[in-house]
Amino acid sequence: MKISYNWIKEYLDLNVKPADLAEKIERTSVEVDDVIKPSDGLKKIVVGHVLSVEAHPDSDHLHICQVDVGEDEPLQIVCGAPNIAKDQKVIVALPGSRIADNVKIKKSKMRGVPSAGMICALQEIGFPEDVVPKAYADGIYVMPADATPGDAVYDYLGMNDSLIDLDVTPNRGDMLSLYGTLHDLSAIYDLPVKFDQPAVKETGAAIADQLTVHADAALAPQYRMRLVKQVKLAPSPMWLQIRLWNAGYRPINNVVDITNYIMLKYGQPLHAFDYDKFSGQDVYVRTAKAGEKLTTLDEGEHDLDDHDIVIADDQKPIALAGVMGGLDTAIADGTVTVAIEAAVFEHDHIRKAAQRHNLHTDASQRFERGVNQAGVQEALDAAAEMMTDLAGGEVQAGTVVATDNVPAPAVITITMSHINAVLGTELSQDQVTHILTTLGCEVTADGETLTVTVPVRRNDIHIPADLLEEIARIYSYDELPATLPTGRMTMGELTTAQKLMRATRHSLEGLGLNQAISYALTTEDKAKMFMMQASETTKLAWPMSVDHAVLRMNIITGLLDDIAYNSARKVKDVALYEQGRVFYREDGVDRPNEQEHIAGAITGTLLPTAWDLPAQPVDFYQVKGIVAAYLKDMAVNGDVTYVANHDMPEMHPGRTADILVHGHRIGFMGQVHPTIAKQFKIGATYVFELNLQAIIDMPKQENQYDVISRYPAITRDVAMLVDDDITNEQIVALIEKRGGAFLQSVKLFDVYDGVKVPKGKKSLAYTLTYQDKHATLVDDAVTQAFEKVEKRLQDDLGAEIR
Amino acid sequence: MSLKDKLTELHDRGLAEIKKSADLKDVNQVRVSLLGKKGPITEVLRGMRDLDAEERPKVGAFANEIRDDLTAALAKRREELENAVLNAKLANEAIDVTLPGTPVAKGEPHVIQQIIDQIEDLFLGMGYQVLSGPEVEEDKYNFEMMNLPKNHPARDMQDTFYITKEILMRTQTSPMQARTLETHDFSQGPLKMISPGVVYRRDTDDPTHSHQFHQVEGLVIDKHITMADLKGTLQVLAHELFGDKFDVRLRPSYFPFTEPSVEADITCFNCGGKGCKVCKNTGWIEVLGAGMVHPNVLRMAGVDPDVYGGFAFGVGPDRFAMLKYGVDDIRNFYLNDVRFLKQFTKKG
Ligand SMILES: [Zn+2]
Repeated sequence: MKISYNWIKEYLDLNVKPADLAEKIERTSVEVDDVIKPSDGLKKIVVGHVLSVEAHPDSDHLHICQVDVGEDEPLQIVCGAPNIAKDQKVIVALPGSRIADNVKIKKSKMRGVPSAGMICALQEIGFPEDVVPKAYADGIYVMPADATPGDAVYDYLGMNDSLIDLDVTPNRGDMLSLYGTLHDLSAIYDLPVKFDQPAVKETGAAIADQLTVHADAALAPQYRMRLVKQVKLAPSPMWLQIRLWNAGYRPINNVVDITNYIMLKYGQPLHAFDYDKFSGQDVYVRTAKAGEKLTTLDEGEHDLDDHDIVIADDQKPIALAGVMGGLDTAIADGTVTVAIEAAVFEHDHIRKAAQRHNLHTDASQRFERGVNQAGVQEALDAAAEMMTDLAGGEVQAGTVVATDNVPAPAVITITMSHINAVLGTELSQDQVTHILTTLGCEVTADGETLTVTVPVRRNDIHIPADLLEEIARIYSYDELPATLPTGRMTMGELTTAQKLMRATRHSLEGLGLNQAISYALTTEDKAKMFMMQASETTKLAWPMSVDHAVLRMNIITGLLDDIAYNSARKVKDVALYEQGRVFYREDGVDRPNEQEHIAGAITGTLLPTAWDLPAQPVDFYQVKGIVAAYLKDMAVNGDVTYVANHDMPEMHPGRTADILVHGHRIGFMGQVHPTIAKQFKIGATYVFELNLQAIIDMPKQENQYDVISRYPAITRDVAMLVDDDITNEQIVALIEKRGGAFLQSVKLFDVYDGVKVPKGKKSLAYTLTYQDKHATLVDDAVTQAFEKVEKRLQDDLGAEIR
Repeated sequence: MSLKDKLTELHDRGLAEIKKSADLKDVNQVRVSLLGKKGPITEVLRGMRDLDAEERPKVGAFANEIRDDLTAALAKRREELENAVLNAKLANEAIDVTLPGTPVAKGEPHVIQQIIDQIEDLFLGMGYQVLSGPEVEEDKYNFEMMNLPKNHPARDMQDTFYITKEILMRTQTSPMQARTLETHDFSQGPLKMISPGVVYRRDTDDPTHSHQFHQVEGLVIDKHITMADLKGTLQVLAHELFGDKFDVRLRPSYFPFTEPSVEADITCFNCGGKGCKVCKNTGWIEVLGAGMVHPNVLRMAGVDPDVYGGFAFGVGPDRFAMLKYGVDDIRNFYLNDVRFLKQFTKKG
């Protein structure tokens, strides 16, 4: 809502600049989007008097005009507007002037004819297209005949006013009007407002004989009409047009303009019908019947149903109540009798109708938030009176009223001690009473207990907390002290799970992975990939796009999307991890179970290639090293094993392992299947995904001290040829089982599968370390144990010791 | 020539030879030739037999002196030469210290995570718990318990991803507040909590909108919590996130779950409050919403609003990050370009 600074000043003796006023409003009542002075940025734009118009010799649409701009000599200006005519007063941008969008106007030649400046349309001096009167929409604007050539145009057009654009919160419907804003400013500045209310001169016959209105109070708590005859449609006077276009409304004709003006002033939407187009003399407020249709003023056609409130005559709907009038009964050329409607419609119906028909109008916006229910008749009277004043109409005697339910004002009791206890202030009873009184409340006191009667127009104030807000904002939030809560001490500590999640992130960052945060909503296909357990999908009822329609059941696809995004931007080395939730749903249950997961994805090289570090493309074992180090960091208690998994459809069948802790599968790792990688448009990528919740829930190792042996260790190396299908795990398990009491560790130090070994075989070499914690080992004892192992390797695994 | 003169001459000659020696081999030769069993000093000492008993000790002492002197000179020369060898070797080993160091693997926490951690740590220090609820919520907790009944107009303000009529993607993290309020035992002390997490809105992604973003909401409920406490707490938060010289101001606003409701602005960090493009010439930037918890919210959770009250606030780490670092497109946070992620190195 754009509110005029000049208009405010007519009612309130304010001594502040527009910018300061806007700041004050923002600090005390509602947000201010902008303060605009329409003439800002314009220069040397004056009234011109067109002395003559001649056709341009080399053009069929240009005119050569001599224009008096208040100087000694007229200016010759070439003008292409179709509506230019001799004797008009026009807007002239002089040579050296600046018009809208900071465009500079210079002397020029148009088709060989010198032109000193430009005759302007309103749009060219910054008027929004949608406020320019239709008559001037496609041509230059014609100024009032009494404008003085050479004068700046700004005051004639209301462009020196400042317009404060209010962003009114849903609770402050009262601020959607001049009067509502004035009430608030009156409290803010502690100044009286000079409201005016004209008396209606009822010169016509009794309205009751000409019109009857019927309404259901549940749909329209108030419904009133006045009738004005003999109106003469004409453009509104300049002052009214200025009020409207500065507020963002296009001036149309005096009758329609009056209804918009009254809405701006009182906040009460009005509708003007052409009474002569009614079928019959009865007007009904009712729900629509199935199958009824209505064409609204904007020529939109609407199918109606029983959720819609309509205004209807004997035959059919003539308006969508509180939203927009119908085209058939609209004010148009030839209208002489006007029925003015002023009503209160039930807000929920209006909100839904505006949504259903996609018609969010200024009227519906106000009805949704609630209008001043104590001021409906005043607004109606003011409109009727203006129609006499500006359109020569005869107001018929009386108002027809279908419903008249004005709510009782809210009465709230509140104590001074409560006010100060909640706000943290030390306000006096006088201060509080004064603030509430300036807001229009009536306050009576009984000791420290205040009984506050709230004006009906403030339909947002019902409970003591609402009064606290009024007191606090008018008192000023700047004056509130700043303290911290006192009271009983509380412990602030992360839970075990939260600590482990933080440790998880730190660990993986230490291992070289960057934290990613991807979208949890994805496509159905991606949601279902890399599944660790069976689950139903969870879909949005109304997604914005198929790309974000289904809740993920894996983290990896999000990371692969991220890698694809990097890859498309020529970033080839990407190492990411993500900690977040996946959503598993059981059939027949609406709400999915949320499980914390941790996943990683690496493509290219983990370490950047450097002058002393040749490129080492990521492989299975590098990622396995990361997973192992991470699980060690988490102190997971129990053997971690890796079991080849050939069956995950999205993974490389020969390079994928399930990750088990104590035989319990907590995740998987390996290379993304090349077909899937291709689908994501990425290169070779290695991934892992773990059930973080399982890791959180697992028992953890405690640190414990183990004496470091003072006696020397002895090592023996063994190299062997085995069949390709014998695994490292088998060999190590055997060595550990058969290694004897002094075997401390087994370490693989070489794997060779090249041309020097027979086909179907591979060579593995291990270092075995022996140590006795309590004595120096005898070489013979080691040799004996070592030979025993060698024999078992040969016997049990068919190893050929080399 | 007396024995003594001979020794003196030997001494001088010896020192000269030691000085002349060019490498360790030379030094060794000089040592053998001077001090060896067949060397001249041994020779001279052998001639001592011919001296009288009175002279003998004096010459003997003098000879020992000479020998020690030469031994010391030899040792010194040896050390000099050894050092020279070592220095030459080290000089040979010199490297270009300006070549870059070998890369190590080091990842970074996401910038949003860093801000959330920072907020968590601040409030943990003030005795708050950190509680994160479900992302898929019931309408009841997301809206109804937040004083947003089914037909409330403010529901239009937050377009919601529904899964079914009653199940939705949470649009705020405050449902966790309702859940906690329902179960908190106030006899054990006040409720002080923050709930960080991902939230979802039915928006089309563009530079300033994202259908997924983050929120951290805070709640304090006790018997004597004031709006001044809210102001002080927000001031502490602003100072932690932006720095001590930032002021906080409160403006009236509207949220269904708080009354009074406020927006909090902080001093524009771009211009320090003088006014610029970032702050639309106001000198202030809107950073969060807050207020005193609406009595209906307390009542619905079974807490008596006549006894207990408190404040709630909600901040957007995405918005903070955008403001703090001048990130001009919110989508950057969710596309995970590593060149973007790597810019936000965790400090300390
Ligand atoms: Zn600024």
